[in-house]
Amino acid sequence: MRKAVIIGVGAVPVGEHWRTSLRDMAVEALLNAMEDAGVDRVDSLYVGNMASGSFIEQENLGALIADFAGLGNIPAVKIEAACASGGAAVQEGVKAVMSGLEDVVAVIGVEKMTDAWATDATRYLGYAADGEYELFHGASFVALNALVMRYYMKEYGYTEEDLAHFSVNAHANGAKNPYAMFKRPIKLETVLKSPYIADPIKLFDASPVCDGAAAVIITTEEKAREFVDKAKMVEVAGIGRAIDTINLANREDLLTLKAAKVAAERAYKMAGITVKDIDLFEIHDAFTIMAALSLEAIGAAEKGKGAQLAVEGQIAIDGDYPIQTLGGLKSRGHPVGATGVYQTIEAVWQLREEAPNQVPDPEVALTQNIGGTGSNITINILRRV
Amino acid sequence: MGRPMQVARYWRHFKEKYRMVGTKCKECGEIYFPPRQVCPKCGSREMEDVQLSGKGKVLSWTIVRNPPSGFEYFRPYPLALIELEEGPIVLAQLTDVDENQIDFGMEVEMVTRKIREFEGDGLILYGYKFRPPIKP
Repeated sequence: MRKAVIIGVGAVPVGEHWRTSLRDMAVEALLNAMEDAGVDRVDSLYVGNMASGSFIEQENLGALIADFAGLGNIPAVKIEAACASGGAAVQEGVKAVMSGLEDVVAVIGVEKMTDAWATDATRYLGYAADGEYELFHGASFVALNALVMRYYMKEYGYTEEDLAHFSVNAHANGAKNPYAMFKRPIKLETVLKSPYIADPIKLFDASPVCDGAAAVIITTEEKAREFVDKAKMVEVAGIGRAIDTINLANREDLLTLKAAKVAAERAYKMAGITVKDIDLFEIHDAFTIMAALSLEAIGAAEKGKGAQLAVEGQIAIDGDYPIQTLGGLKSRGHPVGATGVYQTIEAVWQLREEAPNQVPDPEVALTQNIGGTGSNITINILRRV
Repeated sequence: MGRPMQVARYWRHFKEKYRMVGTKCKECGEIYFPPRQVCPKCGSREMEDVQLSGKGKVLSWTIVRNPPSGFEYFRPYPLALIELEEGPIVLAQLTDVDENQIDFGMEVEMVTRKIREFEGDGLILYGYKFRPPIKP
């Protein structure tokens, strides 16, 4: 099979874009990526988006965005896997290129969340859970994660302060990212003094509701040479995706992200690597508890030791397992369906060594994108060409 | 926001929501809630209804302070994972309980309560919640 290589990335900063609509954010990000890649046309477009129908009463984003970006009569579809829509869309683009069916594809992740009332946004996010058995009973996504966090703390003896280290790390790194929503460092006290939204989850354990759009251009290794220098090429060397029970209560083990475990094994095998070969990790810290469980599922920490990595500072930019190198979901922001593509472009910046918060000399990066409470997870391995 | 759809959408779940009926795999004996047509454990499609006792213990809990739209009236409310006597875990609100009294392993029993209502349309949704058992 052919290699899939990312040759261009583009985005708009994550934030509350009151003046900008979904279509304008998406077109801007897409044109930025096309300019970065030096391409003026693409064979197809894959749009990662979770809930535009709910948030802004707009579906059929493939047609909307390709049309307004002036891409002509190309194939363009929306890919949905809840908050993992962006990671899944990248994978669909990679599969199209690897299969030989399409040569130059664009992938965009986009979400416009701030046009909805806050309580409605909470409801729409809840659509990714089991509607009839979770949302029906008043479960928000924060609440579902809170149930896991409390159980994790009890099982392994962690405190709220232990988990707060994840937020502090994310903000320390995001402070240097011009595309991040919250560009400022915070202290442990900031997290611990923030109000509970669903005990034991506090406001600063959670990622924000926001808007964003990020895009990448993917092509074959051969074709890549027509457009860019080798220094700009980043290979998508491995992809893995798996589901788990939609209903949190039905999990085999509440504290294992089995979908991440399975997806990581697939991605590592395809890339021919182990977790030890990975130089940086952009994981899905929608809530601090998810960062801890993710580190365990991908093999960076033993079961029950994920939060320990944060407490020991091993997740810092100069640690053994640098995570959220440009802010993660907590500080860069979590425009749900766009997040997986932001993670991808951050990994590309790191591997091209043009990141504003650079990991020294990285070869391999991992991105992990979670949909639902772990019910749909993508893992991508990116490698320098 | 949140206008109810057809009454049938809620009414069709009366067995699970009002009586806590789950399914049991005829092949391997595993019990599930909510009901399933296929046993994920052994792959069998031979499933039968099973009446659950509605008794269980709190496995984990939270207090929902920023609820999804439609639940504002109840906030803040406790939400829990309850491990039923028969094995399955179910997510539900706790009711008739002081939030400071909730703890790991607390015994609870199922009751039927109002889940939410819709302004203007008059439709009221009922379902299970759990409370500390009333001692005889």
